[in-house]
Amino acid sequence: MSQSAADPRHLRTPPKRQLRLSWADERIRAIVWQVLIVGAVVGIVWWLVRNTQHNLEVRRIATGFGFLQREAGLPIGEHLIEYTPASTYLRALTVGVLNTLKVAVIGIVLATVLGTVIGIARLSKNWLLAKVSAVYVEVIRDVPLLLQLLFWYTILQGLPAPRQALNPVAGVFLSNRGLRLPFLDWEAGHSWALLAFVAGCFATWFYARTMRRRRMQDGQPRPIWPAALGFLIGLPVVAWWLGGAPTGVEWPALRGFNFQGGMTISPEYFALLIGLTTYTAGFIAEIVRAGILAVSQGQWEAAQALGLRPGTVLRQVVLPQALRVIVPPMTSQYLNLTKNSSLAVAIGYQDIVSIANTTLNQTGQAIEGIAIIMLVYLTISLSISLFMNWYNSRIALVER
Amino acid sequence: MSAALDTDTHIASSIRTDAPPAILLDRVNKWYGSMHVLRDVSLQVATGERVVVCGPSGSGKSTMIRCINRLEQHQEGRIVVDGHELADDVRALDAIRREVGMVFQSFNLFPHLTILENCTLAPIWVRRMPKREAEELAMHYLTRVKIPDQALKYPGQLSGGQQQRVAIARALCMKPKIMLFDEPTSALDPEMIKEVLDTMVGLAEDGMTMICVTHEMGFARQVADRVVFMDRGEVVEQGAPEQLFSNPSTERLKTFLSQILRGH
Amino acid sequence: MSDIPLNTSVAGVPEAAAPRQPPALTTGPAAWLRANLFSSWLNTAMTLVLAYFIVRYAISFVDWAFVNAIWSVPNNQTAACRALKTSPNPGACWAVITEKHRFILFGTYPYEEHWRPAVVCVLFTALYVVSAMRRFWRWELAVVWAVTLVAIGILMWGGVFGLSYVPQERWGGLPITLILATFGLAFAFPLAILVALGRRSSMPAIRVLCIAYVELIRGVPLISLLFMASVMFPLFLPEGINIDKLLRAQVAVILFAGAYLAEVVRGGLQALPKGQYEAAEALGLSYWQKTGFIILPQALRLVIPPLVNTFIGFFKDTSLVLIIGIFDLLTAGKTAVVEPAWQGFGVEVYIAISVIYFVYCFAMSRYSQNLEAELNRHRVR
Repeated sequence: MSQSAADPRHLRTPPKRQLRLSWADERIRAIVWQVLIVGAVVGIVWWLVRNTQHNLEVRRIATGFGFLQREAGLPIGEHLIEYTPASTYLRALTVGVLNTLKVAVIGIVLATVLGTVIGIARLSKNWLLAKVSAVYVEVIRDVPLLLQLLFWYTILQGLPAPRQALNPVAGVFLSNRGLRLPFLDWEAGHSWALLAFVAGCFATWFYARTMRRRRMQDGQPRPIWPAALGFLIGLPVVAWWLGGAPTGVEWPALRGFNFQGGMTISPEYFALLIGLTTYTAGFIAEIVRAGILAVSQGQWEAAQALGLRPGTVLRQVVLPQALRVIVPPMTSQYLNLTKNSSLAVAIGYQDIVSIANTTLNQTGQAIEGIAIIMLVYLTISLSISLFMNWYNSRIALVER
Repeated sequence: MSAALDTDTHIASSIRTDAPPAILLDRVNKWYGSMHVLRDVSLQVATGERVVVCGPSGSGKSTMIRCINRLEQHQEGRIVVDGHELADDVRALDAIRREVGMVFQSFNLFPHLTILENCTLAPIWVRRMPKREAEELAMHYLTRVKIPDQALKYPGQLSGGQQQRVAIARALCMKPKIMLFDEPTSALDPEMIKEVLDTMVGLAEDGMTMICVTHEMGFARQVADRVVFMDRGEVVEQGAPEQLFSNPSTERLKTFLSQILRGH
Repeated sequence: MSDIPLNTSVAGVPEAAAPRQPPALTTGPAAWLRANLFSSWLNTAMTLVLAYFIVRYAISFVDWAFVNAIWSVPNNQTAACRALKTSPNPGACWAVITEKHRFILFGTYPYEEHWRPAVVCVLFTALYVVSAMRRFWRWELAVVWAVTLVAIGILMWGGVFGLSYVPQERWGGLPITLILATFGLAFAFPLAILVALGRRSSMPAIRVLCIAYVELIRGVPLISLLFMASVMFPLFLPEGINIDKLLRAQVAVILFAGAYLAEVVRGGLQALPKGQYEAAEALGLSYWQKTGFIILPQALRLVIPPLVNTFIGFFKDTSLVLIIGIFDLLTAGKTAVVEPAWQGFGVEVYIAISVIYFVYCFAMSRYSQNLEAELNRHRVR
């Protein structure tokens, strides 16, 4: 650049083009077109807003978000935070968002695991396994999700009443009131152990990184698993023991017409989770399969010919390339799962759509209710796609 | 076809007949389904010997050298590489793959790693070499194949000839005793063939044991101690290049040579 | 010389020795079994475990669905069915299908006029089949579509040619699903093309509008759009104008499908080599000529397989109208088991409906796979 700056020939800028006020000038055409189209869109929106304002006045519907502070008075069965019908609409909607996230996050994790297993199984050398996986993928993808949700919900509702609950394993009860599991009597010791486990995860990650760096320095391989075992199991156990070693477990027991104690998974949540997981797994399986197939046989051969062991080939050569193909479509599946969780409203799981729907029925403020639903989903969608874009750009391939 | 090489003078041989053979194939048979692709193939390669394998496509030459480092499994007969018998023993297989380098027709560089990382991957993970040392080694061989300045680029940014030279450097970084070349110039444009062949001639001059599947007859004349002609899964004829090319004793080789020459 | 085609072995040379047979157990059915099912201990174990479960569940499914099943009951007397549900050998109550199939397929359409929606379903299916055949991919196809859709409208509404008038509120079942999907596609497709072109336009204002539309729609669930259609659309229009519910849902479906299809079409526009654009421009064609004669025909051809896949997704998604109470196939099925006599037989009904959806979607996905393979073959050559 410095060279060209010194050379006067490079100081010349392209000549300014004169804007002629004529239909023959393509820039004028472009401007006219844009003004026309934007004008039309603005006009239509303005017309709609005018109509809406008028209709709202005529029907005496209140506007604004003032209702958020009013008492909701709607009962919510499942809530992760403190909630009573006396709480505000804002609180109710927050509960709804958390319920959506609860099913979406767990669904994404389970669907990823199940989908990956099925995708790999479809490529198995075992003919039977490959065929079974192929049939699963084909059937699950060709039936509407809503129909599958209703199907699962009907099956769960058709289960016997709590008195005749199925009891596959001691302490686990499956009835038309949902799944009851034994759960720990939560005490400080458990919290400490959980905290220690999270710390252990970080420690393992850090340790593995350090060991890898040291291997890069002197070439000697170092096993990570003994330390990892210590961090992930030893540390939580010690923390639990120091925290008083609580051993109480709450077992569900039949009292009257229902179970008391333990942890409950409601039939609505259970049906939604099964439906979303099995449905999305069918799509994820295809993505995983395509990703693995995208890494050519030649890559395996070249790596093996260099003497790399299969595990190293997978970690260093195949996975980094397959992930590149897998991540973008996987992102849209995660987004789909999150958006599909809105079908909860059809089986009565109280997610954000269901609660916002009740809210707008109670208050009559349809516009605000729908705006809230859209805002929540847009925020979730945007966050997932921002994160995935960042991740994708990190693993993208440099081409010529 | 020898246009790619400047000279027709043969490089001095460095065969060591005192040592046991580097590679021994003894009546090797292989089938794909019911198709018989290798028929009683027997071949001995001495340490330091350079063998060129030629023959029409589908004659089993690629299958044969892929059997040598077990990218394909043979079903009958013995293969002994560098004193290790190829069987189901995983340790022997690891040892063989460490000692045998391979260059593919389609390069098979790892597209997600830089040129340097392509070369250091195996020394670090297989030879347990410190990274710095592996990088020095890689730069040494990249200099040898005349592309040290591309070390930090990715394979996708290089031309075909450059990629194939990187592939050779990558194999050399494992300091193999034996190099296998599977049609290394077939996927290249004519103007890039020479740079790859030059690199291979340089290797031959240093006394590397080589088996090379190629149709480059000029290369065969210049470096090969022996040319092996295969057809329909059999070794039909073998001998010194001059003798084989000027006095083919079988009809099959005569026809093959005339087809190749007509093609030019 | 590496380019010489040497496909066969050297010509004019006597055959080599007769081929030897490979060692035992490498060919034939036994070898196939060994290679594909019992190649290692792990594989054998997996095969056996899978086979055990498949056989076990297949037997209990056959028992449930066929052996123990009840196919019809007199006068809604479902006591036998209920007994079967709790018996140790449970069976399906297909009687619910026998009894309710007309309702599930055609909803509340007048019973004696059911032949009309039946013909409509056949017409729709025939329309799909004809559109799928490559030799009919000509402009006349658009005429066929127009004529068929008009015929469908006449059949459904009636009121002419001696057909009695049937108000839209009484339509239901499979025709509604097919109408939502087909009209959705027919209108969303042109919209999608315009939006895709707009997103690649050089005019910033138009680009921004199109991006906003696509990203907004793709960021929210279809349900929120359907809610909008059912509760907000009436507020948008001037007082006194009322559009019926089905049409409002149809508009929501079109807006939704348009955004997704636009992204598919954009993929095709991007995949087209730049040379095609330059060549068209060099010929001196105007923007619309260039787009209509050169770019779109090629770009659309490229994206037919993903278009079909999007259409499958969107055919399934029409079932969501259940949530706003429109009487499509799924709603009809759900309503069929509301009646006290038939309560609790949802599983049978849902399986039957699944089969209908599966037949349509599976046919389309097979078609798209074949088409993709065919197009790829074409491209390689």
